[in-house]
Amino acid sequence: MLGFIARRLLQMVPVLFIIATITFFMIRVAPGGPFDTERNTTPEIQKSLDRYYGFNLPIYRQYLRWLGNALHGDLGPSYRYANRTVNELIAESFPISAELAFWSLLIALALGLTAGIIASLRPNSATDYIASSFAMLGISVPNFVLGPLLVLIFALKLNWLHVSGWENPIDRILPSLTLGALYAAYIARLTRGGMLEILSQDFIRTARAKGASNLRVILKHALRGGLLPVVNYLGPTAAALVTGSFAVETIFQIPGLGRNFVNAAFNRDYTMVLGAVLFYAGFIVLFNLIVDVVLVWMDPKQKFE
Amino acid sequence: MNAVGETTGTEQALEQAERGTSLWRDAWQRLGKNKMAVISAIILILIALASFIGPFFLKQSYETQNLQLGAVSPAARHWLGTDTLGRDLFVRILYGGRVSMSVGFCATAVALTIGVFYGAISGFFGGKIDILMMRIVDIIFALPFTVFVILLMVFFGRKFVLLFVAIGAVQWLTTARIVRGQVLSLRRQEFIEAAEALGLSKPRIIIRHMIPNALGPIVVYATLTVPAVMLLEAFLSFLGLGVQPPMSSWGVLIKEGAEVMEEFPWLLIFPGLVLAVTLFSLNFLGDGLRDALDPRASKE
Repeated sequence: MLGFIARRLLQMVPVLFIIATITFFMIRVAPGGPFDTERNTTPEIQKSLDRYYGFNLPIYRQYLRWLGNALHGDLGPSYRYANRTVNELIAESFPISAELAFWSLLIALALGLTAGIIASLRPNSATDYIASSFAMLGISVPNFVLGPLLVLIFALKLNWLHVSGWENPIDRILPSLTLGALYAAYIARLTRGGMLEILSQDFIRTARAKGASNLRVILKHALRGGLLPVVNYLGPTAAALVTGSFAVETIFQIPGLGRNFVNAAFNRDYTMVLGAVLFYAGFIVLFNLIVDVVLVWMDPKQKFE
Repeated sequence: MNAVGETTGTEQALEQAERGTSLWRDAWQRLGKNKMAVISAIILILIALASFIGPFFLKQSYETQNLQLGAVSPAARHWLGTDTLGRDLFVRILYGGRVSMSVGFCATAVALTIGVFYGAISGFFGGKIDILMMRIVDIIFALPFTVFVILLMVFFGRKFVLLFVAIGAVQWLTTARIVRGQVLSLRRQEFIEAAEALGLSKPRIIIRHMIPNALGPIVVYATLTVPAVMLLEAFLSFLGLGVQPPMSSWGVLIKEGAEVMEEFPWLLIFPGLVLAVTLFSLNFLGDGLRDALDPRASKE
């Protein structure tokens, strides 16, 4: 297993390199530049800005320069926020997004797994329809509706919580619910499907015949195989979550990485986009690696290759 | 006479046993017995018919404005009320259904086809091929989607087809990972070993044995992809790729409705309701399909 992990971590090097290279040239090809909105730049200021950020160099030189710095862990200065480095911006906003992701995932797993398992125990019964409908509600109500709706009810009408912000512990509740609802729905649906697939297999019948209790059959035997699709889904999802949700962070005015990233893409803040993409890519590769390790552990027939 | 009759009888039985009932015919019959799935299918067909054919029977168009009227709540003249420009919401929902339905189902079909085959091939061959194919998925996952969409528009203009390209480019990735995980676990099962021992070709094993056995999770994930695609369309329309005003889609209507939900709640409620009914039906139809396709489910 250690060899498997080591090999996968080694594969990270070319993967991150390719992602960085494609992204670098992708964003340079897009029209517009980081200083387009500044109306007052005289040619002299523009020239010194270009020199400072290296825009006067040929593009391959700029690329090599950026790559060299990135290799040393320096993602460069932000083009949008003067005197701020990308490293600082990520270090500031990432913990916020990660915390939001943590609570959302917790809610999503608790609600989703419960609803999915309950639905799978009596397929096509009233309980199944209620649990499934509950999950579908999370999908049918998009977060740009659910967020404002929750704000309207709990902040404006009932006055229990704040409309937006991220200062107090209770500020976590509404954004986490808004973000978690969608993923709870996905997890519930995938759990139900996966569990049904497993519950009809012979070894479950054997376990039941041997007198194992219903709870024991589910926890010890069925969950392992039944959660396969959920685990596969969670890899990229968790990576997307910890690096921030643009919609929810915008609705609740949370200074997270998701908002920074999308704004950077619109403002052509080249270095910020590149930094955020690399950061996100690292999580994708890492979480998919964890998923692949968990898959082997869940399914004893598989081996590390 | 007797003997001859017996032989033909046996031959017939043998022939029938050999042919058996195919997976699809079997599934079709089981689906027909699932009331919830049948009702859902009928609702979906009705919504689709209303969206695609309904507008031909209407006098009003989706862009007919009545600025003096403004936003009025549902009444006999305007069944579902009007928006701030005095446009009939019912008509706009019907037209929006054309966009949302076609984008939702076509883009999902494209993304699913790519994802299923990609994932199945990667999981089945394993080893170096799997590593290479999955790292490509990782790379595409990480590329900035917003920048990609902007580039698409720069190079190809604001064409409606690009909506499918943009959605297809991202939506197949998770499907591929889920199918691969399922195939990896199937590959070690006895019936696949049996198929290999019988000398079946690899493409045949993948198409005839791997994919049908992974269909359950695929169908479930497909029913989750349709709503994701419909809402992604609203985001892409916001970026400028997708439907442009005065044309609309359910996602865009809901997005606009959410902004005025306090003053004109019907502008959010009705498009939201139509989307919800569609998604619920789709979901129960998907569940019915999953049950019907489960090879281990009892045959009654």
